Amino acid sequence: MVSATVYGQPTADQKSTSSSDQPSQARSSTREPYINVPSNERWVSGLSGAALVLAGLKMRSIPGAVLILAGGAMTRRAWTGHCNVYGALGINRAQGEGAAPEDYSSKGIHVSQAITIDKSPEELYRYWRDFQNLPRFMFYLDDVQILDDKRSHWKAKAPAGMSVEWDAEIINDQPNETIAWRSLYPASVDSAGSVRFVAGPPGRGTEVRVTFDYIPPAGKAGWVIAKLFGKDPEMEVREDLRRFKQIMETGEIPTAQGQPHGRRGVIGSIMASN
Amino acid sequence: MKAVCWNGKKDVRVENVPDPKLLNPTDAIVKITTTCICGSDLHLYDGYVPTMQPGDILGHEFMGEVVETGKEVKKLKVGDRIVVPFTICCGNCFYCKNQLWSLCSNSNPNAWMLEKAYGYTSAGLFGYSHMFGGYAGGQAEYARVPFADVGPMKIPDGLPDEKAVFLTDIFPTGYMAADNCNIKEGDIVAVWGCGPVGQFAIRSAYLLGAHQVIAIDHVPERLRMAEEGKAITINMDDEMIFEKLRELTGGRGPDAVIDCVGLEAQGHTLDAWYDQVKAATYMATDRAHAIRQAINCCRPGGTVSIPGVYGGFLDKFPLGAAFGKGLTFRMGQTHVKKYLDDLLGKIQEGKIDPSFVITHRARIDDARKMYETFAARAAGCIKVILQPNENGSVMHA
Ligand SMILES: NC(=O)c1ccc[n+]([C@@H]2O[C@H](COP(=O)([O-])OP(=O)(O)OC[C@H]3O[C@@H](n4cnc5c(N)ncnc54)[C@H](O)[C@@H]3O)[C@@H](O)[C@H]2O)c1
Ligand SMILES: [Zn+2]
Ligand SMILES: [Zn+2]
Repeated sequence: MVSATVYGQPTADQKSTSSSDQPSQARSSTREPYINVPSNERWVSGLSGAALVLAGLKMRSIPGAVLILAGGAMTRRAWTGHCNVYGALGINRAQGEGAAPEDYSSKGIHVSQAITIDKSPEELYRYWRDFQNLPRFMFYLDDVQILDDKRSHWKAKAPAGMSVEWDAEIINDQPNETIAWRSLYPASVDSAGSVRFVAGPPGRGTEVRVTFDYIPPAGKAGWVIAKLFGKDPEMEVREDLRRFKQIMETGEIPTAQGQPHGRRGVIGSIMASN
Repeated sequence: MKAVCWNGKKDVRVENVPDPKLLNPTDAIVKITTTCICGSDLHLYDGYVPTMQPGDILGHEFMGEVVETGKEVKKLKVGDRIVVPFTICCGNCFYCKNQLWSLCSNSNPNAWMLEKAYGYTSAGLFGYSHMFGGYAGGQAEYARVPFADVGPMKIPDGLPDEKAVFLTDIFPTGYMAADNCNIKEGDIVAVWGCGPVGQFAIRSAYLLGAHQVIAIDHVPERLRMAEEGKAITINMDDEMIFEKLRELTGGRGPDAVIDCVGLEAQGHTLDAWYDQVKAATYMATDRAHAIRQAINCCRPGGTVSIPGVYGGFLDKFPLGAAFGKGLTFRMGQTHVKKYLDDLLGKIQEGKIDPSFVITHRARIDDARKMYETFAARAAGCIKVILQPNENGSVMHA
């Protein structure tokens, strides 16, 4: 009963847990009290669970996505279950936890996007799982350094000498199927993401489904983040995925930046994309 | 280098710009020996295509010699003579793998713009606005060619530029237009527009077995060239097209119709004037006279093939007639690469000499004047080729 709430196991997709999830499985079977349950598992059941719901529903708009996120029955169990548990046990997240899943659904921006790539799930997973590759196609990132098997250090491109950096950890890793990660406290931006690789219909490559959640912070970091993501985070993620496809299928990202052109004139130099 | 730059409606200028550089590992740089002005360029010239920027280098029909290759270029070598298809294709996406080369989903750096307009992107094009990628074009001394191992084809030494250069666009375009008609024995094909694309559509329809081709235009020398290609011609200024086509087909109507006119169609009937007013007042983007007429004239169960370019919205589109007659529509930018080997073979076997269409040969410095001449259909101008790396004087055929 307890494990059903805490660990969720929303779909068959989460059956095969990788080695990185072994601790949670072990705890699950011994049914330890809530207080010992690290937030990771909640993330696995909550966030990725929601990701699956969202992917299935193919929601596009942010409000729609947030609604489903909040309303999905299974998701809500994971979300509010923990919220209540936390409340009941009097745990204060401010003492060393980042944002909780429920914060993402109440305050966060949620984006989900899908693209189909003409490569196998194995090839796509392998490239993505090496987080150092992410800045090649996620243009808001400057650099990702791998700290250990699960943890990494992310640096975003920040305007005017400012830096936005945070540590992230992998909270779900199922080889060739799913990777999910979230920022670790203290992060200037609470963020979490997941990617799934699902073989498409015959001859149609692999469907790559991504969710990305972040809580727009206040202050300087908030300003930087707003700049990085612009007005349309859905579109940013879609462009990330397009570049991922281009790299995987062709080995490069097409560009017209740096080509010759004639005099742009006043209007032209403002409007030209390259 | 010198390059032909778009500067606004009816304003192209030859400017000195920096030489192109390799930007991606699969790029090659080509020294251009021959490049052409296309009817599609007129849509840019006349301001019908959005997302052009002053300074954009025009041109998408060019060939030349490889002078530099990126480190991932394996097949092409410096010194190779190549023709470059105007549709840029990656060779690895679903569309490229299915021979739908002009729909390549990886070659447009500004895919998001086309997605906003059309829902999904298609291939990047040379010199054809920022929504098609913002690639610098080939009306210049040099051009950068992305995915150089995929699209371009080597041309044997013995074959002169004038016979090869139209493989970049208008020969495959006319050929695909005819191929899309699914021509069967006894078929009569009607072609609207006797510009270069129409000329190649006429000849391709015969190559593919058409019984008779009927061509429609109102420019005398273009009609004459169509007749040289064995078409029966109808001058739209003098005759009622529908009645004439009925008569020429024994009352059946043409089995297939090809629109080689596109979005700047001219006409004398009420709907054509209506289109001009609407386009001029920005209430519609495209002028639909030719395609409306073609749909109307096509026999029941026939095919409507549309190589002519459309960009936005059509008003008074006779979908009822199309539905009522159960017509098949085929259209789109040309999958150039799909046809290259086959058409090179036909040229080498002497089945066609594409240079028949050339009326003007000029230096790149004369590009501004040549645009004016071609746009005005003046001086018998049907097809202009430019030789950017030659210093000879202007010659007329
Ligand atoms: N699909 C492709 O990939 C592709 C490639 C190249 C060109 N094109 C398009 O094909 C079209 C023709 O190209 P072109 O180079 O031959 O251009 P062009 O401008 O030289 O020829 C167009 C011809 O159509 C005639 N015309 C105008 N209104 C007409 C009407 N109502 N009925 C009959 N004829 C009419 C004009 O007199 C002219 O001769 C253009 O729209 C061009 O953009 C498409
Ligand atoms: Zn052309
Ligand atoms: Zn492609």
